[in-house]
Amino acid sequence: MAKVTIDGRVIEVPDGITILQAARMIGPEVAPPTMCYHSKLKTSGGYCRTCLVEVTKGSEIDPRPMPKLVASCRTNVMDGMEVGNLSSPKVIEARKSVVEFLLLNHPLDCPICDQAGECHLQDLSYEHGSSKTRTDFERRTFEKISIGEKIQLHMTRCILCYRCVKVAEQITDGRVHGVINRGDHSEISTYIEQAIDNDFSGNMIDVCPVGALTDKTFRFKSRVWFTKPVLAHRNCEKCSGNVNLWFKGDEVLRVTGRKDQWGEVEEFICNTCRYDKKATSDWTVEGPSHVNRHSVISANHYEVFTKPTEFKLNDVKPLAIQEGDKS
Amino acid sequence: MQLTNRSKVVTKPEMTFVERLYLPAIVSGLAITIKHLFKKKATLRYPEVTREFAPVYRGMHVLKRDEAGRENCTACGLCAVSCPAEAITMDAAERQKGEEHLYREEKYAAKYEINMLRCIYCGLCEEACPKDAIYLTDRLVPSEFTRGEFVYGKDILVEKIDDRVDISKRKKSYTI
Repeated sequence: MAKVTIDGRVIEVPDGITILQAARMIGPEVAPPTMCYHSKLKTSGGYCRTCLVEVTKGSEIDPRPMPKLVASCRTNVMDGMEVGNLSSPKVIEARKSVVEFLLLNHPLDCPICDQAGECHLQDLSYEHGSSKTRTDFERRTFEKISIGEKIQLHMTRCILCYRCVKVAEQITDGRVHGVINRGDHSEISTYIEQAIDNDFSGNMIDVCPVGALTDKTFRFKSRVWFTKPVLAHRNCEKCSGNVNLWFKGDEVLRVTGRKDQWGEVEEFICNTCRYDKKATSDWTVEGPSHVNRHSVISANHYEVFTKPTEFKLNDVKPLAIQEGDKS
Repeated sequence: MQLTNRSKVVTKPEMTFVERLYLPAIVSGLAITIKHLFKKKATLRYPEVTREFAPVYRGMHVLKRDEAGRENCTACGLCAVSCPAEAITMDAAERQKGEEHLYREEKYAAKYEINMLRCIYCGLCEEACPKDAIYLTDRLVPSEFTRGEFVYGKDILVEKIDDRVDISKRKKSYTI
């Protein structure tokens, strides 16, 4: 066990987990924001730099501070480590710059984008970014690409978090897309626009933190905040069948995987559930899903009152840690 | 039976001689009437003369086009979500090839409706709009015979290409 202090909050955590996981065990008020890290995907994280934290004390044995800010998703905890996240002005400053970098090539076409309202980049730039851009250069532009019949790729919106590539590697068999070119020229692409027709390929839509990969069957159907998220399940031989249905009136507009507190998919669902089961009769509805009160989706969203104990801040599932540990 | 002690006994005193003449009262009344003839009139002769609206007046909405005549609205739904009266509904559609001269962005509002009976003219839609598309103007909503006629669609709301609506008085001085 290691004793870690994050923003003045002390927690005992098992050895070998990362600072990010320790911070998430304390609660959302100290957890650094993430764009590329995904608890269910091995080797994810380390690309986007949004989770940078300052380590003011390395460990009990070697108390020297770490010379630079470190990515908390890739740095393991040590006994006696002291970490500054929001309490560190250096981190706040660095995170603002990181957001500026992420937005350098981002088109900011939120009024058009289907992801708006549940976009991690929107939340991140709202909380940590600045309201002005300083760049004079042209943003990079791409043509829209269709990856298969059901997925639309907007490369302009991509922040190169590699989550979709990890999904293709780890969830589906036989990856047919990846990142080509390098540096500023890198882009997510299929090899000669090959269609992706794997059973679990649709999960790359769910893991995409921005609107780069979107569901074509939901394209421009409705804004996210006009739809009502509802938990539902069905017997599916390919996946767990536990999903989130997005209703508008009586119509199921979209089916997605359930997301946890950190906006990361809990269980990956198959393409049959995602694209082909869009009738209410296909599903057993469990009830309205929990929406953060500050989210725009919570407008006109009513849920059954749950006992306060069920949503305790420190009630973080340790599952995330074990999953990451295996690799 | 007396319920309160606030009742007053009404007396009708005998009028004096001058009062009984009635003439002084008539003359003073006429004086008030004649004085008003020379005062500034509170009304306007409406169809010929129209009243100037305050620059902050919020009347009927307009959906703007840009300089090239393309519709600004992208059906982002921010006006509808900000509307406290839930008067605005819309359906989005994707711009097809060859429609670039009609719509400014790749998505547009295929249907855009404002229920003028629900609208409270608060101007929040205008404030929420990121695309400079919706403005409240100094035009009045005419009266109708049925409720259905008050649901204004794009045919009424979108400004005509050759008959633009001037919103320079309400235009935001800042841009994002």
